[in-house]
Amino acid sequence: MRSYGIYVLTRFAQFLLVVFIGISLTFFITHLSPIDPVEQMIAGMTAMGQSDPEAVSLMRTALQELYGTGGPLIEQYFTYWGRILSADFGPSLSSFPTPVSVLIGRALPWTIGLLATCTVISWVFGNLLGGLAGYFRENRMLKLAGVIIMGFHPVPYYIIAFVLLIIFGLMWPILPTSGGAAANLPRGWNAEYLISVLRHSILPAASIILVGLGGWFMGMRALVSNVITEDYVTYAELGGVKRSRILPFYVIRNALVPQVTGLAMSLGAIFNGAIIVEFVFSYPGLGRLLISAVYAGDYGLVLGVTTISIVAVSAAVFLIDILYPVFDPRVKLA
Amino acid sequence: MLKTLRDLFRYNREFAIGSMLMAVILGMAALSAFSPYPPANIYVVPPDMPPSWAHPFGTNSRGQDVFWQLTFAMRNTLLFGFAVAFLSRLLSLLIGLVAGYQGGLTDRVLMSINDTFIVIPLFPLLILFYFVMRDYMNWVLLTLVIACLGWAYDARLIRSIMMSLKTREFTQTSVFSGMKMHEIVVREHLPYVLPIVFSTTLNNINWSIGLEVTLSVLGFTDINRPTVGTMIFWANQHSAMVAGVWWWFVFPTAFITLTFIALFLLAVSMNEYIDPRSRLARMGMGGA
Repeated sequence: MRSYGIYVLTRFAQFLLVVFIGISLTFFITHLSPIDPVEQMIAGMTAMGQSDPEAVSLMRTALQELYGTGGPLIEQYFTYWGRILSADFGPSLSSFPTPVSVLIGRALPWTIGLLATCTVISWVFGNLLGGLAGYFRENRMLKLAGVIIMGFHPVPYYIIAFVLLIIFGLMWPILPTSGGAAANLPRGWNAEYLISVLRHSILPAASIILVGLGGWFMGMRALVSNVITEDYVTYAELGGVKRSRILPFYVIRNALVPQVTGLAMSLGAIFNGAIIVEFVFSYPGLGRLLISAVYAGDYGLVLGVTTISIVAVSAAVFLIDILYPVFDPRVKLA
Repeated sequence: MLKTLRDLFRYNREFAIGSMLMAVILGMAALSAFSPYPPANIYVVPPDMPPSWAHPFGTNSRGQDVFWQLTFAMRNTLLFGFAVAFLSRLLSLLIGLVAGYQGGLTDRVLMSINDTFIVIPLFPLLILFYFVMRDYMNWVLLTLVIACLGWAYDARLIRSIMMSLKTREFTQTSVFSGMKMHEIVVREHLPYVLPIVFSTTLNNINWSIGLEVTLSVLGFTDINRPTVGTMIFWANQHSAMVAGVWWWFVFPTAFITLTFIALFLLAVSMNEYIDPRSRLARMGMGGA
């Protein structure tokens, strides 16, 4: 148990490092760019007519305070961290005066719900099919399934989502292609609303799952075809253990361990995909919020979503990391 | 070399299909040199014409010929992918080789940073980058930024190969015969690492083109430079889907999808070529 504590601590240190580097990157990207967000915003506002020098100067000080861009760089860096740690990104300019944190809070459950479901589905099915395909190498159905799954794998999320949108939005409109639920339904835990949420999530989810399946499938198939050459599998087969027992408990169980690590390592990429898929299907999550914030020129919101994404993804990776010993007991004993 | 290629072509279906697709795609990109229209000009042909003999892929609402536009787009998109892959390979080789060879603290520090870059969602960072750069954004800058973000996964792979090479006998021999670290790494170890680097390069091209298409489609790059992504961006801007100008987005989407599949198939076949066990299995000589 003590060694598990040390393991968790080192993983937590890595989590802190990821957040530290990620947030620092956002700071340097925003503060070393040739464009000053404050000046850009002032330019935007004065273009609309107001140009009283005194008011502009007041506004500049207020905005510099809001975004922490005044003073020397090192001081700005510490102010920046202070604001991040208190999750204070100021009001959103595109939906003034709602605070950025409220907008993010509204979008976050949609993204987490969509992403968690899709990741679990594609991980479980990808590994299951990959395991079967690795064990029954000559099975024709599994070979065909492999070709189809791997055909989707290299195509980026945007293209898959776009093609689904063309098919189901244009050629054969049977599924909703935009929004998180029908707009005329009141929110609540009733069947009608939940079914609408489910129907709206089918296309975004399908895009994420279709791309995701291939990686797990290929990984698992390769791992399984290595594991079945191990002596203990041959021994179990000779000892008369049923195949229906060997495959899940002798083969897949052992091949699963690297796939858990793989899950932790690919969460960032899956999140990247979700952003663009949400945008294509106007799904009300973080991705659409981020992209519409860019179009609206909403600095605080863009920064807020980016920061939250980094923290959320690394927190999810940390969670998988500390659950890892469940799959690989050797970590606990070591 | 030629013999190897011929054998790959004969015994490896992935390689055969992948290289044929790639030839079509490269040919398409090469045709850009013969385009009768400059890529940036608009209203050079009648707009919104469906595919015909004069305009095989039709013309778009901006009065451009979709076929010739696509040749430029494929050229620029591939060029971008190759440039990113080349630059990020240099980084991942450097970091992977040093971390793997040095071990100890250097390795731990480098790998912590490495894992950080694997975990961080890059897309929000790239969007933030565009957001603060705006009009300063051009494809050279984008190439540099994506190259700086895209080395981590392969650096880890190179490191693990390096660590196993280090324990081999010939490394000891080189050390005892007085070779310096960089000599051992470059002269003795690099030849083992390069084939794997080549295979990951193809995956990296795929990855970077995917990012470029996605960013361009949103309009977060230099939208006046024709790439596959910006073609789809302009099609969306002119609501081509609603207006029924399907040839404007279907052809770029089809070609870029073929590109991804071709690169992927080539990468898969390279992997198999590197791993002799699967090669033997394929040629029907037993093995795993």
